[in-house]
Amino acid sequence: MNFPILSVITFAPLVGAVLVLLIPRKEEDVIRRLSIVISFVPLILAFVVYANVWGNPGEMHFVEEYSWIPTLNVYYRMGVDGISTPMVLLTALLSTLSFFYSSFTIKDRVKEYYFLFLLLEMGMFGVFVSLDFIFFYVFWEIGLVPMYLLIGVWGGQRRIYAAIKFFLFTLVGSVAMLLAILGVYFQTGTFSILDAAAARPFAGNFPLAALAFWGFFLGFAIKVPSFPFHTWLPDGHTEAPTCGSVILAGVLLKLGAYGFIRIVLPLFPQVFSWYSYNVPIVPILAVISIVYGALVCMAQWDLKRLIAYSSVSHMGYVMLGLSAGAASRVVSGDPQGLLTSAALALNGASLQMFTHGIITGGLFFLVGIIYERAHTRDLKAFGGLGAKVPYYYGIMMVTGFASLGLPGLAGFWSELFVFRGTFYVIPLFAVIGVAGIVFTAAYILWKIVQYVFLGEFDQAKWDEATHHAKLTDMTWWEKVTMWPLVAVMVLVGFYPTIIVALLNAANTALLKGL
Amino acid sequence: MLLPQLFLVLGALVVFGLDLIWRDDARKGWLPYVALLGLALALGATLYLLFAADLPSKPILGGMLAVDSFALFFQVIATLVGGLVILSSLDYMLRRTPYRAEFYGLLIIACLAITLVAAGADLIMIYIAIELLSITSYILTGYLREDRKSTEAAIKYFLYGAMASAAMLYGMSLFYGATGTTSLSAIAASLGAAEASLRWLVFPALIFLLAGFGFKIAAVPFHQWSPDAYEGAPTPITAFLSVGPKAAGFAVLVRVLLTALPDFRPDWVAVLSAISMVTMTLGNLVALTQRNIKRMLAYSSIAHAGYILIGLVSWDLWQSAGRFTGINGVLIYLLAYLFTNLGAFVVVIAFEQATGSNQIEDYAGLARTSPAMAATMLIFLFSLTGIPGTGGFIGKLFVFGAAIQVQFYVLAIVGIINSVIAAFYYLNVVRYMFFEPGAGETPAITSTPALKVTLAVTTAMTLIIGLYAQPFIQLVQGAVRMLSG
Repeated sequence: MNFPILSVITFAPLVGAVLVLLIPRKEEDVIRRLSIVISFVPLILAFVVYANVWGNPGEMHFVEEYSWIPTLNVYYRMGVDGISTPMVLLTALLSTLSFFYSSFTIKDRVKEYYFLFLLLEMGMFGVFVSLDFIFFYVFWEIGLVPMYLLIGVWGGQRRIYAAIKFFLFTLVGSVAMLLAILGVYFQTGTFSILDAAAARPFAGNFPLAALAFWGFFLGFAIKVPSFPFHTWLPDGHTEAPTCGSVILAGVLLKLGAYGFIRIVLPLFPQVFSWYSYNVPIVPILAVISIVYGALVCMAQWDLKRLIAYSSVSHMGYVMLGLSAGAASRVVSGDPQGLLTSAALALNGASLQMFTHGIITGGLFFLVGIIYERAHTRDLKAFGGLGAKVPYYYGIMMVTGFASLGLPGLAGFWSELFVFRGTFYVIPLFAVIGVAGIVFTAAYILWKIVQYVFLGEFDQAKWDEATHHAKLTDMTWWEKVTMWPLVAVMVLVGFYPTIIVALLNAANTALLKGL
Repeated sequence: MLLPQLFLVLGALVVFGLDLIWRDDARKGWLPYVALLGLALALGATLYLLFAADLPSKPILGGMLAVDSFALFFQVIATLVGGLVILSSLDYMLRRTPYRAEFYGLLIIACLAITLVAAGADLIMIYIAIELLSITSYILTGYLREDRKSTEAAIKYFLYGAMASAAMLYGMSLFYGATGTTSLSAIAASLGAAEASLRWLVFPALIFLLAGFGFKIAAVPFHQWSPDAYEGAPTPITAFLSVGPKAAGFAVLVRVLLTALPDFRPDWVAVLSAISMVTMTLGNLVALTQRNIKRMLAYSSIAHAGYILIGLVSWDLWQSAGRFTGINGVLIYLLAYLFTNLGAFVVVIAFEQATGSNQIEDYAGLARTSPAMAATMLIFLFSLTGIPGTGGFIGKLFVFGAAIQVQFYVLAIVGIINSVIAAFYYLNVVRYMFFEPGAGETPAITSTPALKVTLAVTTAMTLIIGLYAQPFIQLVQGAVRMLSG
C-alpha cells in the first residue's frame, strides 16, 4: 500500500489538536511550539504532493478509498489534482504562518485557541482533498464550528453578533447543499464526486437539475461570498482575530469557489451555462460583486472592513471566470478559440483563488500589525506613517500593489487571465467588470496608501486617536510572517507558470469533459 | 424470552423490599446500585437475545408480546435510558428528598413499561403497557412533593395524559368494533378482507389512536403538557421523559402502523406529514423565546419528534445497499437523540446542582469556570443542531435522505429550514457559555463521579455514532427487517 499522504496531511492537525488538549493549560509555550511544529508536517507534505502532481495535473493523484458507511455507499475518498493541489499548499502555508504569528499575539486561552485552529486546519484540508460528497460535507461543516468559536471568543467588539451571523449564513447554505447532495445521490446512486459528475445527474430534466444547481449554488455562493449573500463577511472579518481573518479570507472563501469548480461545473454544465449565458444570473452577480464591492471599499474608514469588502470584489473575479468557463459551452463561435478562452478564464479564476489567498492573507496580517500598535483601524487616525515605519510601508506597498494587479506581482496574472478569457466568451460582463480594477486601484492608492502613509506625520493627532500608543516598525517575527507571502507574490508575478501549468492542465481536462 | 423483563421486575421488587428491610441510610445508599444491577442484567439478557438467541417468529403469551429484534432494540434503549438516568440522579435526589427507594424502583418499572410497549402485539397489551408507563411517569414527575412546580407539573401531565389515554382507548374500541379482534396482525388481515361499509371507521379510529401515541412522543397538538412537565419535574426525570416515553411512543407508532394498517398508508402518511411539519415548526419557533433551559429543551424535544416523524412517513422498507429507509432513520435518530439529549440534561443537572439555576443567562462564563463541562455541552448542542461528526447528523441525514428518496421534497425542505431555526437557539446557549463573560463569581461546576461517567458515556456515544455509524445502522436494519418480514 502506498503512503497515505493526503490522510496524513488532513489528520496531522487533528493529532496536533489532541496533543494540545493533553498538555496542561499553563504550558503555553509548549502548546505554541508544538502547534507550529505540527503544522510543518502538512506544509512539507504539500510540497511533496505538488512535486508529484506536477507531472500529470489533469488526473487524480494519491487516491485513497475505503468504505466508511457501506449501507449508504459513503466512502472515505481522497485525491488531488492540479486544481486542489495549490489550495492544499495555500492552506498549509497560511496555517503555519498564522500559528507562528499567533504565538506572539494571542495571550488569552492559548490552549483552546490552538486546539480550535488545528481543527479548522483539518477541516480545510479535508474539503480540498475529499472526493466523496458526504465526506466533503462533513469537513465543510466541521470547519465551520472552530471558526465560529474563534470569532466569538477572540474577536473584537461585536464578535457575538458577527459569530452568529457567520454561522447561520453558512448553515443555511450548507443545508441547501445537503439537500442537493441527496438529490444527486438518488439520481446517480453514488456519493463519489467524480462518478456523479460522469453520470451527469438530471441531464434530461432541466427543472430538477436547476433545483439541485441552486442548492449547491446557495451553499457555495454564501461562502464565496457572492453578492447578495456577502453581508456576513464584513462583520465576520472585522470582528475576527487577525489570524482568523487571514484564514477566513485566505482559505475559507476559497472553499466556496472550489466547490463551484470541483462540483457545480462538472455536475451541472448545462444548467451552469444556461445561467451564465442564456439567463446570465451568475455573471451578473459576479460583476455586481466586483463593482459594488470595490465601491463600498472606497467608502470605508475602517481599514479591516475595507479589506474585507475588497475580498467581495476580488472573489467576484473568480465567479466571473467560472461563469465564462461555463458559458463557453453554449456560445457560438470558433471551438478552438472558445476552448482556449474558457481554459484561460478558469485558469484565471483558480489562480485568483490562490493569489487572493496569499495577498489578502498578507493584507490582514498587515492590518493586524498596525492594530497591535494603534488599537484602532480608523483611517482618519493615521497619516504620514510612511516616514515613521518605512519597513511596514514597503511591505504594505508591495502587497497592496499585488492586490490591485500591478504587473510583476501575483495579482496581475489572475486578473489578466480572467478578463482575457471572459472577454472572448461574454464580452459585456468583462467590460463592466474591468471597472472593478480601476476602483481597486483607487481605493488601494487613495484609501490605504494616501491615508495611512503619505503626508506629514501629526504626533498630536496620533496621540489623541490612539491614546499615546507607541509607534514602532515591524518586529522580527512580523517580518518572518510577511516575507514568505511577499516572496510568493513576486515569484508568481515573475514566473506564473510554476502554478498555471498545474491549473491549465487540470482545467483543460475539466473543460474537455463537459 | 422474557428474561430481561424478569430482571426488571425483580430489580424493582428487590429495591422496594430492601428499602423496608434496611433501616439505616448508609445501607440505603446502595439501593440505586441494586437498581443499576437489575438494569444491567436486563441489558445483558437483551443483548444475548438480540445477538445469540433464536427469536420466536410469532408473538408469545397468546399473541400479546412480540419478542422480535425491533422490540429488543427498544429494550436496549429502555435499559440504557434507565441506567443513565439513575446514574445522573444519585446526587440530585440525595439533596432533595429522603425517600429515594421508590424513585429508583418506579424508574425501573417505567423502563419495564417501555419494553412492553415496544413489544406489544395486541391493542390490549399496548394499552396496558402505555398506562403503566404513563402512571409511573406521573408519579416520577411529581416526586418532589415539597416542590410546588413538581406537583403542578404532575397534575398537568396527568390531566392531559388521562384525556389522551381515553381518546386512544376509544380509537382501539373502534378498531375492535370494525374487526372483532385486538391482535395487530389479525386487524390487518381483517381490514384487508373487510367490505367498504367498515373501512370508513378506520380513519376516525386512527385519529383517536394517534392522539394517544402523539401524546407520548409530544407531537403537536398533543404537546401542551410537555413544557410544564419538563420544567417542573426533577431534572433527571425530565431527561427520562425526553427520551424514554418518546422512544416508546415511536416504537408503538411504527409497529401499529406497519403491522396493523399497512393498507391505509396514504391516510396516515397524510396526517402524520402534516403533524410532522407543524410539530417541527411550532416546537422550534417557541423554543426560540425560552429562557429556561429545561423549557428550551422541552420545545426542542417537540421539534425533534417532528423530524423523526419525517422518517416514519417516508416509509420505505425496501432495504438494499445504498438506500435510506425512513424507518431505519426513525430508529437511528432515536438512538443518537437518546445519548445526545441525556448528555445535555446531565450538564443541566450538574449546573443546577452547583448554582440552583436553570436560566440560560446564568450559563454565562461557563467555558471559563468549567471548560470540560462547557465543551461536552457544546458537542451535545451541535449534535442536536445536526452538525456532522455527531450522532445527530446521522439521524438527520437518514430522515432527510429518506424524504428526498420518496420525493417528499416539501417535507425535506421544511425540515431543513427548521434545523436552521433550531441552530439559532442552540447557539444561544453556546453564546452564553463561551462568549459572554460571567456575571460575578460563578462557581466552578464540580461533578460527582457518577455524573462524570454518564457524561463520558453520552459524549463518547454521540461522537461514535457520528463518526462510525455502520454498526449502529446494521443493528437498526436488523430490527426493522424483522418488522417488515
